Order: sequence, then structure tokens, then C-alpha cells
Amino acid sequence: MSELASIDATLTAARPRAVAALLRYFRDLDTAEEAVQEASLKALKTWPQKGPPRDPAAWLIFVGKNVAIDAARRQKKQQPLPDEEALSDLGDAEGALAERIDDGHYRDDILRLLFICCPPDLPATQQIALALRIVCGLSVKEIARAFLASEAAMEQRITRAKRRIAQANVPFEAPGAPERAQRLAAVAAMIYLIFNEGYAASGGEAHVRAPLCEEAIRLARLLLRLFPAEPEIMALTALLLLQHARTPARLDADGEIVLLEEQDRRLWNAGMIAEGLALVDKAMRHRRPGPYQVQAAIAALHARARRPQDTDWSGIEGLYAMLERMQPSPVITLNRAVAVSKVKGPESALAMIEPLARQLSGYFYYFGVKGGLLMQLGRNAEARVAFDRAIALANTAAEAAHIRRHLDRLIADSGADNSAAAAR
Amino acid sequence: MLYAMLCYHSEDIVCSWTKEEDDAVLARLGVVQEKLAKAGKLGPVVRLMPTTAATTLRKDGEPPLVIDGPFAETKEQLLGFYLVECATLEEALDIAKELGRANPGGAYEIRPVSLYNPGKAAP
Repeated sequence: MSELASIDATLTAARPRAVAALLRYFRDLDTAEEAVQEASLKALKTWPQKGPPRDPAAWLIFVGKNVAIDAARRQKKQQPLPDEEALSDLGDAEGALAERIDDGHYRDDILRLLFICCPPDLPATQQIALALRIVCGLSVKEIARAFLASEAAMEQRITRAKRRIAQANVPFEAPGAPERAQRLAAVAAMIYLIFNEGYAASGGEAHVRAPLCEEAIRLARLLLRLFPAEPEIMALTALLLLQHARTPARLDADGEIVLLEEQDRRLWNAGMIAEGLALVDKAMRHRRPGPYQVQAAIAALHARARRPQDTDWSGIEGLYAMLERMQPSPVITLNRAVAVSKVKGPESALAMIEPLARQLSGYFYYFGVKGGLLMQLGRNAEARVAFDRAIALANTAAEAAHIRRHLDRLIADSGADNSAAAAR
Repeated sequence: MLYAMLCYHSEDIVCSWTKEEDDAVLARLGVVQEKLAKAGKLGPVVRLMPTTAATTLRKDGEPPLVIDGPFAETKEQLLGFYLVECATLEEALDIAKELGRANPGGAYEIRPVSLYNPGKAAP
């Protein structure tokens, strides 16, 4: 790793703590962000000569704070500062060391920073864009690329989202235990959204969106370091690692989706799987099951199977049943049905998913699974109807292509049937 | 005399290495390790998982206390280590507790190993 890349990695890692501390100090997100930005630029100039400081985040906080105060003073000379109240802590600014604003609070500071990025009324894509911009420090250009959007559109989206959260008024006092747990849950969900945004991509998009998965893993690790005793955060980190481990095997050379059962398992990232399994193990010890633990346990059972036929489907079925009880949802039932089809056969699975038809009438996977089950039962005409519907609902070209391959197989089969009949 | 060489680095930086960067570092280290191995000087080489995978057993009280996360005190020093094959973290903790009864005080940090090369140095 070059020196510059190493400084860059250090700055990226230190950023959440620095922005979070300065946000509490200045009580204004833009000021905090700009301060860290300026301090980072100074770091890029001075660290190569003097070497990086022992505590990079404290350095960024200290330098960022001084830079922002200087800027405010300069502005004050030109025009009276209207937001005096926001800067009321400035009295002790000169003497205060970074450690003082930071000490003992940084855990809740970073949680708050993550939490303000995910108010429930903000659309998921905006939450993700905000977190990537503010917490991870990705440039608008990088975020726009990951969302396949124009830079101007993304800039506008982020500005609008920021305006929304500025009005949210998240209190700056240390949160109580229930509030902290609530924030943690919201932040965990947002991190999972970031991951899925990257993971759901396929084909040509997969390459540009992989960084979203990596950022999500980075944030999950950060959260786990802040809250090391939370089994759900251990499990979230594990879940992301176990899923991301499969990335090298998920698409074939033509960018087409390779189903889990058909993946070349030698391509799975063994290091990530080992770490994911260790974290699942660690979480289970707490005997406080939660949705992320169940999902991570499912991913762990897949990861442990050396060959698809070694998969513990009845274990997976049981875990989906547990997840269904924790968070009832037709999508989870659909997933459970896939496991049921492996354990009890396609007939039972089909019976399970038929009642979901109305709720999942616009869901690509529903018709993909249904078509697959019908095909296994030899009900090819019905399977074809389901697959046609799936193609119409496909979100990406790779999804559509995948279903089309099933259809081709059906048509080829029926062609073979016809010719067999003709020969008879 | 056998010497242990304990590896310290910024986890943030090492965790942010791309697979290519990681492979390149391992390849460079591999060259040095091979030279040492040929000379019969290389014992076990171990790479540990990130500290987020760590669990710590404080054994200065009864019962000993299991804490999630790495050993974070500064008043105690690293004095030795074990490598133990365990099926689960629970088994590793049981072994650590048994060791702790034999030698109370201080702590054991239990960290899964991600890379292990047994080596063979002639002591």
C-alpha cells in the first residue's frame, strides 16, 4: 500500500469519529463536515512529512475545530454572526483539547451521527446516500456512480435529504438505554440497506456497486467495535461477511446470475466465511436470539456446506420458521417454502406459497420460485405462465435473463416431448 | 533461543486492504518466510482475525468474567499464548477457564486464527 493510500485509509477510518465529535461541538452538520474536510486536506499536506499522528481522529477533531472557528471569526468580521447560539461553546475553544470534547462520548456521538442519517420517513435510497456521504466520506461523484445516477441529481438528492434531517432535531444529550437500543436497531437496518443496495446489483452494475457492500461491512465493524457486546450487531456483521464471501461466484463470465446451488464454492472467500462463522458463534453464546442472528445462522448453514447436497435444509427450514415468528412477512414465508421444497418436496412448498399470491403479486422472486416448483412437478404450462410474469417483474436484465433460461429449458423439453409423441 | 515476534498494525488500515493488496503483502512475507523455513529457523506463523471477533476472559475473580471484544487494559502485559484447536468458542472458553483456575489473575483474550502455518524450527 502506498503512503498516500495508507493516509487515505487512516482518514477514512477516523472520519466517523471526527465528524461525530464536531457535530456535537458545533451542533451543525455542514460545519462539522466542512471542518473535517479542511482538516483532511491539511492532513494530506502535513502527514507525509511529519508522519501520521498517534491518534488520527483526535488530530482531525482538534485541527477541524480550529479551522471552523477561524472561519467563523473571519465571517464575523465581515458580517455579524446570526447563529451565535449555535457557537455558544466557543468560549473555551482555545484551551480545549480534542480529547475533552471526545472523551467517553464518542460511542454515542458516532451512533447519533449514523442515526440522523436514517429517519424513518426518509426514503431508503436517501438514507443510504446520506450515510455514504456524511459517515463514509464518499464523494457525491462516487455515490452517483454507485446509484447509476447523474452527479447533479445525486447532489440535489443529498442536499434535500440534509435539509430534512436538519429539521429532525435529534437531541445531543447521551441517550438512555431504550433510546440507545432503538437507535442501534435503526442504524443496523440502514447498514443492511446499504449492503443490499450493493448486493442486489448484477451484471455490469455489480462491479461499480461492490463498494457499497464494502462500506456496509466497514460500518458494521465500526458499530461492533463501539458496541462489542450486542449479539445482533455481531450477527449483522457476520451476515454481511457471509453473503459478501459469495460475491466472486455469484455471476458467470457473461454477467449472468449463478444460483447458490450452482455456484463454484471454491470461489467463495474463505477468510470472510471463517470470520462470519466466528461471529455467529460469538453471538449465539448470548442466547438472546434476534432476526439478524437467525439470518446469519441461515447464511452460516449455506457457508458450511462444501457441496450443495450437503446443505442442512431442514435446519434452514427451522430457522426460517423462527424468523417468520419474529417478523412475519410473506417474503420470509416464500424463503421458507424454498427450504420446505428441499425437505418435503415441491408439492408442500407450492401449497405454502399459494396463499401468498395476492400479497406478492408484484414480486419477481415469487413467480420465479412458483415457476420453479411447478416445473419440478411437471406442470410446465403453468410454470411458463409464472416465468412470463417473473420476467415482466424483473428488476435487472440479469434477473430476466436467468428466468428466460428456465423458459428456454421448458420450451426445449416440450419440444422434445412433442417430437417423442410424433415418433410414437 | 526462540524469539516470538508479535505483530502490531492499525486494524483500520489492514482491514481496508483490497484482496490484491493483501495478497501482495502475503507474497512478500512469503519470500522472507521461505528463506527462514529453509534455514530451519521458522516456527508457527499465525494471522489473527480482527479484534471484533475476539472474546476476553477476565480470570482475576471467581467466577471469571467473559467480556466481548479484545483485551483492552494497559496495566497488564502480554506474557505468553496458546494455540488450541476448538470446535466452538464455548469450548475455547471452557479451556481458558480451566487454564485460569490453574493460574488465576490477569486475562486471556480468545481470538480465532485466520491463517496458520505450523512451521518447524529446531529449538
